Amino acid sequence: MTAQTDPQGTSWWRRNQMRAAPWLFLAPGIAFFALYVIIPIFQSFQISLYRWDGLGEARYIGLDNYDQLLDDAAFYTSLMNNVKWLVLYLLAIPGGLFIALFLNQQVRGIRLYKSLFFFPFVISQVVVGLVFAWFYNPSIGLLNPVLDLFGLGPMNVLGNPSTVTYGIIAAGLWPQIAYCMILYLTGLNAVDPDQVEAARLDGAKGLKMLWYVILPQLRPATFIAVVVTVIGALRSFDMISVMTNGGPFGSSRVLAYYMFEVSLSEYGFRMGYGAAIAVVLFLIMLVYIAFFLWRMWREEREG
Amino acid sequence: MFPTPVQQRSAAVQAGYTALLPIALILWLLPLLMVALFSIKPDTDFTQGNLWGWPTSFAGFENYARVFTDSAMPRYLLNSVFITVPTVIGAVALSCMTGFALGVYRFKGNIWLFFMFVAGNFVPFQILMVPVRELTLNLGLYDTRLGLVLFHIAFQTGFCTLFMRNFIRALPRELIEAARVEGVSEIRIFWYVVLPLMRPAIAALSVLIFTFIWNDYFWAVVLTQGVETQPVTAGITAFNSQFRAAYHMMSAGSIIAALPPVMMFFLMQKHFIAGLTLGAVK
Repeated sequence: MTAQTDPQGTSWWRRNQMRAAPWLFLAPGIAFFALYVIIPIFQSFQISLYRWDGLGEARYIGLDNYDQLLDDAAFYTSLMNNVKWLVLYLLAIPGGLFIALFLNQQVRGIRLYKSLFFFPFVISQVVVGLVFAWFYNPSIGLLNPVLDLFGLGPMNVLGNPSTVTYGIIAAGLWPQIAYCMILYLTGLNAVDPDQVEAARLDGAKGLKMLWYVILPQLRPATFIAVVVTVIGALRSFDMISVMTNGGPFGSSRVLAYYMFEVSLSEYGFRMGYGAAIAVVLFLIMLVYIAFFLWRMWREEREG
Repeated sequence: MFPTPVQQRSAAVQAGYTALLPIALILWLLPLLMVALFSIKPDTDFTQGNLWGWPTSFAGFENYARVFTDSAMPRYLLNSVFITVPTVIGAVALSCMTGFALGVYRFKGNIWLFFMFVAGNFVPFQILMVPVRELTLNLGLYDTRLGLVLFHIAFQTGFCTLFMRNFIRALPRELIEAARVEGVSEIRIFWYVVLPLMRPAIAALSVLIFTFIWNDYFWAVVLTQGVETQPVTAGITAFNSQFRAAYHMMSAGSIIAALPPVMMFFLMQKHFIAGLTLGAVK
């Protein structure tokens, strides 16, 4: 009893733990994160001002790397492809919603169907890329026999510069649609049945009901779907690397792939130039990151 | 419920729906089914142009066994395990602590630290690539599994912190307050009060991170090379050049490479989906 009331008997830790504890718990996480994520971002900005092959002496050249980007046709191809990815990848959201609506029933075995529709998302993008590369393959792929049934084709999706990016995006959409589907299935589960009934009594149905009653309630799911899809689109690397290596003639490169190619492949170790491409990609992403943080900040203030 | 349950529709609609389900599923999984079919065919089927027909003989066992005996695939799989499991443990452990600190304590800068973790998690990998590769080289960890693990732990801590912090925020604060009144130290509160309540979050995160890391390709290519260290996502390219144009083998190899996260998903489905859809409903 006396020990508890006696302030002399308590250690420094006992007196200050409320202030010290959060920093103690945060220290290892912050140290790791700073070392491997935060500091490297600034280092990349710095490296982008140098000419450096990764081994020898780095030479400061100011904004020359960025200047060079402006005249680099491959950079513009990559940027254009990023825009295509960004726009077309968003189709995963209506696609996922469509499948979610299709599967949101209670019939026998529906749980298994939902899992089987979802599981492409769990497969690595490398394998998805391989699977689709074979699917498109003109000599062994299933695509051309299927097209033939409809009197179309044959086509060599990945061998043609004007179709290759669309072919890879289609492959990327496959797991992404599955992801959006699961987000919407969860969202649909939480839709308020009373509101649906009330709207039904008012004569709402079909698309009207979807647009005015259901979709507003699915907004949290839509928000997350947009965030993960945009980030997925800008991160696209694995599939391009596996399916085409950026080809044919560099026509399927995106910024993420081009950056890797410039810095680490046989085309030479141009770290500074690669870092400049990465900075451009980062700045594009920053728009979305800022938007996401702003929304979170608003919610935090309300909550 | 939306759309209207089929049970409330006509018998024809119900029958149509049940018939449509398997057809839709087959169409959805068509590319994968093709690879699965390839993987059980003997190589003679490919030379004789029997691509889509029934396999002339079942060569499934043979093909899959060869993946394990005639290639470095077992080594790559083992590397994947030795990269994935420590990463899961490390990232979950670190984020239990950071999530606890950011979720429970009010202090200046809390929200900014939290935003730092969230923002870092969304950053494109390429902006980190050159410096992280340099750092790993300088630490003498280039082309080691440990080098890859350390980076993965650090990067995943961003997402995990977001996840854990929001989970802890939703826990009843009274429990912590009551323990404080009793004079329980903060460390014991973390260990004995909060950690047991975090079990579902730990399970969900573990399954998710396992999948993310198992499927990582970019960092595997950037930080490792060769059969001693590379995980299966990177190893599959070497495997495919070994079995160039032997589609039955490449198919079997791909399926094996993809299998562990798929199994993880089907075994831990509830946790997986709970983790993935956190925040999809308000």
